[in-house]
Amino acid sequence: MTRSGGENAIEVHGLTKRYGRTTAVEDVSFDARWGAITGFLGPNGAGKSTTMRMMVGLASPTAGHATVLGVDYRRLPDPGRQAGVLLDASAQHPGRAGREVLHLAATVLGLPDKRVDEVLTMVGLTPAEARRRTGGYSLGMRQRLGIGHALLGQPRVLILDEPANGLDPAGIHWMRGLLRGFADEGGSVLLSSHLLHEVEVLADDLVVVGGGSIVARGRKSDLLATAGTFCRSADLPGLAAALREAGLAFTRAPGDSLTVSAPPGEVARAAMAAGIVLEELRPAAAGGLEEIFLRLTADHAREDSMEGARR
Amino acid sequence: MSNLITGRAGVPFGRQLRAELRKLIDTRAGRWLLIVIFSVMPAVVAGMLIIARPATLTYSQFIDVTSSPERIILPILGILTVTTEWSQRTGLLTFTLEPNRRRVLLAKATATLLLGIAVIAVGFLSAAIGNLLGVALRDGAGDWTFGVGGYRDIVVVLLVGLLQGLAYGMLLLGSAAAIVVYYVVPNLSSLLFTAVSGLKEAASWLDLQKAQAAIYLHDVTAREWAQYATAALIWVVLPGVLGFVRVLRSEIKSG
Repeated sequence: MTRSGGENAIEVHGLTKRYGRTTAVEDVSFDARWGAITGFLGPNGAGKSTTMRMMVGLASPTAGHATVLGVDYRRLPDPGRQAGVLLDASAQHPGRAGREVLHLAATVLGLPDKRVDEVLTMVGLTPAEARRRTGGYSLGMRQRLGIGHALLGQPRVLILDEPANGLDPAGIHWMRGLLRGFADEGGSVLLSSHLLHEVEVLADDLVVVGGGSIVARGRKSDLLATAGTFCRSADLPGLAAALREAGLAFTRAPGDSLTVSAPPGEVARAAMAAGIVLEELRPAAAGGLEEIFLRLTADHAREDSMEGARR
Repeated sequence: MSNLITGRAGVPFGRQLRAELRKLIDTRAGRWLLIVIFSVMPAVVAGMLIIARPATLTYSQFIDVTSSPERIILPILGILTVTTEWSQRTGLLTFTLEPNRRRVLLAKATATLLLGIAVIAVGFLSAAIGNLLGVALRDGAGDWTFGVGGYRDIVVVLLVGLLQGLAYGMLLLGSAAAIVVYYVVPNLSSLLFTAVSGLKEAASWLDLQKAQAAIYLHDVTAREWAQYATAALIWVVLPGVLGFVRVLRSEIKSG
């Protein structure tokens, strides 16, 4: 007997995954609270899917461990009734009808047929659509089926990898309502995305990964409120020297500009003391998070195009 | 929110078995495979009724012709039962709902063995109907002689073939690769054992096809059973154990 479901629905401790000399996931730790939606953010290839596969026992970690409802996922009785998992909506047998996919899962979970119909209604697949083979489904329909599959066992935890992928705006709106309702009823949702804006409106907590490691983590409100100032000058080296003189930390931003970890007033005073003309001075939008994220995405896009060139 | 997680990990075997049985028939490809399997035996029986000489129309001859397609098809059934979870990536769902891979594999093996037994039963039934029709339509010999030992020999060889398919499926995790290896490697082995004169004596022990041929001739001696068991250990049990370990250790991916 294991005590579970304390403060956190999911706890991830130092998960690490290496393939030979490549490190896919490096020391990732975070929790997913009850009654909250946790957004798991990062560019494609950042290690989100690998982390999620380790959480549900499809991949074994090189180091670290994860618990779902207080225990290793593989030790859950009827795991599908405790945690609903959607890792890849496209991973379906193309010759199997949508309804049959749910029926199979209901058989494994020991659920009555009528639960299949309930779920089909919930995710908005018509009886005619449900009778069709999944090979003919659009990505949006597959996502609905996959979310239905995850909800089938009436779990209290949802683990969803890129569930919004392929959904049209109406579908995304529907999914947001569904997940918000799930969390408001006390459940816990972990959903991954490579788009900041997709989870920004939905998530209560954020975990941002890049290159396999966590780069930011916390309440969304805290992360988005991170103070910072965006400033630009024709004399960038002069401005940098002035900021260093004043003891202010900064990072290089696109264009002749810097992002400073200080309020605008302090930046202005530092520039004036050194006689530097500022051409732009304003609070950095969305704190450092958006910038962190853009930088990660840009790095990844570069790697992608290099890989393309090598091929 | 707080609760106690109690009970045995995973899913009860009976439910997993029901799901695995369903998977054998709930896809279009699966249904076609079954239609082919179940119609090929009546078809060869009909063919024999038309072309064979009346004197050869006996129960044991009909069993002979129906068991040949079974010997080819059952291993494929075994292979595909395992490999579709990888080739169609459905393993992602299967092994998330039941993370105990041992139990999933056991359910798969049980489901295919049950189907295999049904196929073999249909084979015997087709042979019996063929024999009756032979007497009625073509004045065939209609001899029913077929010892209990004969049933045992055929059932053993066919089910071992099915298990061999499962083993190769688990070992290679790809339909095409497993089917190719299943057909090519034993033939290469037979070729090797026939070509190299020094190996002829060892062949009865090490070459599965040769050892199996002896079982098919019935009136099997203890020595021949021992030879068959040894060959099966190499060609069925060993790949099966390696494949089992591979499935337990492999990472289930979507891409």
